[in-house]
Amino acid sequence: MSTPILEVLEPGLLTTVQDSGRFGYQKYGVPVSGGMDTFSLKIANLLVANSINEGVLEITGLGIVKLKILNNTAVALTGADLTPMIDTSPLPMWRATEVKKGKILSLGGAKRGFRAYLSVAGGIDIPLVLGSRSTYCKAKIGGIEGRPLRKGDIISSFLPGQSLEEIARRYLPEDSVPDLPEEIEARVIMGPQDDYFKPEGIQTFLNSWYSVSPESDRTGYRLRGPRITHKDKTDIITDAIPLGAIQVPGDGLPIILMADRGPTGGYPKIACILSVDVDKVGQLKPGDKIKFKKIDIKEAHKILQVENGKLLKINNILNEKSTAPAKKRYRVIVEGETYEVTVEEMPG
Amino acid sequence: MLEEEIRNLIAGERAVFIELANKISPEVNRKVHIMASVIEKKKIEGITEIVPTYRSLSIYYDPLKIELEDLLEKLGEIKNSSEEIKIPSPRVIKIPTVYGGEYGPDLEFVAKHNSLSQEEVIKIHTGRDYLVYMFGFSPGHTYLEVDERIATPRLKTPRVNIAAGSVGIGGKQTCIRPQEIPGGLRIIGRTPLKLFNPDKEPPVPFLPGDYLKFNPISEEEYLKLKNR
Repeated sequence: MSTPILEVLEPGLLTTVQDSGRFGYQKYGVPVSGGMDTFSLKIANLLVANSINEGVLEITGLGIVKLKILNNTAVALTGADLTPMIDTSPLPMWRATEVKKGKILSLGGAKRGFRAYLSVAGGIDIPLVLGSRSTYCKAKIGGIEGRPLRKGDIISSFLPGQSLEEIARRYLPEDSVPDLPEEIEARVIMGPQDDYFKPEGIQTFLNSWYSVSPESDRTGYRLRGPRITHKDKTDIITDAIPLGAIQVPGDGLPIILMADRGPTGGYPKIACILSVDVDKVGQLKPGDKIKFKKIDIKEAHKILQVENGKLLKINNILNEKSTAPAKKRYRVIVEGETYEVTVEEMPG
Repeated sequence: MLEEEIRNLIAGERAVFIELANKISPEVNRKVHIMASVIEKKKIEGITEIVPTYRSLSIYYDPLKIELEDLLEKLGEIKNSSEEIKIPSPRVIKIPTVYGGEYGPDLEFVAKHNSLSQEEVIKIHTGRDYLVYMFGFSPGHTYLEVDERIATPRLKTPRVNIAAGSVGIGGKQTCIRPQEIPGGLRIIGRTPLKLFNPDKEPPVPFLPGDYLKFNPISEEEYLKLKNR
């Protein structure tokens, strides 16, 4: 059962459907895509009792977005504070809210952060493309026809896993809400090609503030600041590019590779940012500042464990407040026939 | 397997690169793909994705499911094992291509730049089999090494749009563009083949290790194949 939930009255400059990403196809040249701030994306899903990787709207803090609610639903908004309103009242963030048919949800004016995530109860009902609902606009795959939302688009949802009333009780405890600073220190693991740089180049990289250039997008964040000097070669034999890798082309200015990066590239990568800090990068806007701090791989894995523990705890807290088990709904296409499948999580 | 040259590189918190050599060669690349299939077959818990490139394999893993040391140990066992596996024997995939005219607006330039006739450029371009080393850059995109005699520098200002299926030359490489995207390739022709189809598994019509052979066709044949 699919229900029309939102009609796009104003799409903003870049609003796309994203989930946690499209994995397993990088070897065919397919970018992972997915949310630029996956923590906020996952929380948006958990708040409306969706499974953690459902499709949500990623709304960039540029322009005005207006969405008409076509049927009663529950929504949650996380990530950037883009001054969200329901009709003329502010819509509280980081919690689920029941919204009635006919209301207008609007956003505009970035107060804090750069990308907001809007989930709807049940998750956005669009087909999976190569296992994901994420939009990759350059190759027109995933999302709504592989493109950003347009005026007139209708977005439908699967059936919610719980009653709207129950969902509307879910909120994220205050101390778990991330602050989205305009200046961040991103932790990095050096390499895989840090041996392409002079010691003074590495020093420059680790001791300078860089600012986000306006030519940054979902593919990469271009940075402005002191130039990093290579030893001699400025390119490598093309190899893979992990999320958050920082490549330094011949001009010495670093580029952070983000969700829509090509799976491979030919510039040396001086370091890679920890995934939890890549989420923070995804909330930077042009002009914001970033600095890098070197840590080792063991430390990185400890941090990852701690952060994952926090996410599990949040999930538990949210589910304690409601008793019904989370249901996942899938649309499965077998030989051209579409089936709705519901999977219920077993307790314990 | 070239023991002494192999390097493990840490590439962030979720990837290890196994670098077999520091050069592009069909032999090294073949080893990369053999090793990728051996690792895939082992189905090691915690490995999330393998991306083989010219001379290295990127092993993506979930550090919450497997510790780096265990992963490296398991990969080490595979590297050191003498196990030989059969990989599919390479196929030669024909790429029907219409050259010149509106489909290949830069054919004339490529010919002039290399002091050849347009017919000679086509003859050289279609005269060899090209090894598919890897995919990358964009969905279904692969780089092929072109004959030195028709190598041509890229456009200084990239075209805003290159039609899907465009066959071009950029430096010493020749490529086929699976999508309509901007680019600086010198376009010499176009194929009606669909090079990326997200509804198919795999979404690409050929695989690394295969060879491509460009096959000249007329505009009429192009249109016939395109509309099929």
